[in-house]
Amino acid sequence: MFPRAFEYVAPASIEEAIAALKGSEFAKVMSGGMSLLPLMKLRLVSPELVVDIGRISGLDSIDDRGDMVSIGALVRHYQTAEAQNVPRALAQAASYTGDVQVRNRGTTVGAVVHGDLAADQPSAVLALGGVIVAQGPNGTREIAADDFFVDALTTAVEPDEVVTAVKVRKDGMSAYDKLGRRGGRTDYAVAGAAAWLQKDNGSISDARVGLTGVAAKPTLANATAEALIGTDGSDQAIEEAAAKAADGLTILEDLYGSVEYKTHLARVFAKRAIKRALSA
Amino acid sequence: MTVNGSRWSGDVPARQTLCDFLRDELELTGTHVGCEQGACGACTILGDGEAVRSCLMLAVQADGMELTTIEGMGEPGNLSTLQAAFLRHRAFQCGFCTPGFLASAAEILGSGRRYSRRELRDMLSGNVCRCTGYEPIVEAVFECQR
Repeated sequence: MFPRAFEYVAPASIEEAIAALKGSEFAKVMSGGMSLLPLMKLRLVSPELVVDIGRISGLDSIDDRGDMVSIGALVRHYQTAEAQNVPRALAQAASYTGDVQVRNRGTTVGAVVHGDLAADQPSAVLALGGVIVAQGPNGTREIAADDFFVDALTTAVEPDEVVTAVKVRKDGMSAYDKLGRRGGRTDYAVAGAAAWLQKDNGSISDARVGLTGVAAKPTLANATAEALIGTDGSDQAIEEAAAKAADGLTILEDLYGSVEYKTHLARVFAKRAIKRALSA
Repeated sequence: MTVNGSRWSGDVPARQTLCDFLRDELELTGTHVGCEQGACGACTILGDGEAVRSCLMLAVQADGMELTTIEGMGEPGNLSTLQAAFLRHRAFQCGFCTPGFLASAAEILGSGRRYSRRELRDMLSGNVCRCTGYEPIVEAVFECQR
């Protein structure tokens, strides 16, 4: 099994990568290739040009940038999972991504840009108020995670842009939890949730909750976050807030669960993620 | 690239996967190809010491890497510690998944850390044994940590 024929370039700089993208009718950027290559082998995607950014230097570090942590485009899942300065929700989501082989090759930024609704890290980036840094022919722009996920496997990146980093906020408490397709936390998520919280004088002053696997795209559970703010974070407050996890959202069924089951899981994992964040 | 200690250089077609390159060009057919889409782990080899799926890498991506396939791990009469443990525990039935499991296990042992059986099961979850012989595989790896 192999992909349709394509041209391949491995540019040495982001500028070269952008120039290659600009000169092609249908090019795809590849970092680890853990999502792109299966799609190409199944011939669901057949780009005429693959731009392998894997040889570009300077994209493989995790850096503190003021109140954010910046994860470079070539940082692999296991590095995100193990780094001390990555917020817990994203580190946990990275540690539960795929399996060892996937975590060795796949990248956090690649997972975010791919935007799979069942992938773990996009909802963590949402909950952590993430910012996606994209470089194109007209310079660099920063896209809020809230505006980044457009629809199923569709993100706000333009065809001639390369995402160079994803930034997430360092403050507050956060956590991620999921149900994997093979039970436990292994494999793609059936459903999962990331929670980010801030506490002030014993009450929750700010909150964001991101959901994996239940809607067409990584989605914020705004009703849960709003219900949580101002409470003391007691078990009852969490229970009541998490019960609203699916409010206002279009929950989709798939091979792994009905709308009812996915709605249930959204509530369960919103609750677990919030509790886990508070127990940090 | 370096494969099992031998240097190789040349051109490869852009769309050739690393597993096809190893099997068809280098005739290293010990690397098995199962699902070909990143689920079964049979094609796992070591790339710079890390377990990677050779079906989900293009050969060209391995440019400059140091690869170890099952052919580089041991041979009859001179088995690696892991291979000997697999044999002792009868940790294979049909044997199709074995080269992949040995690569994943080699990375685990290479870390120098000791893991519980439960952790090992999780760390080996990227490899599927369709004969379902997981118990002896986990036991063999667990034993090698000592």
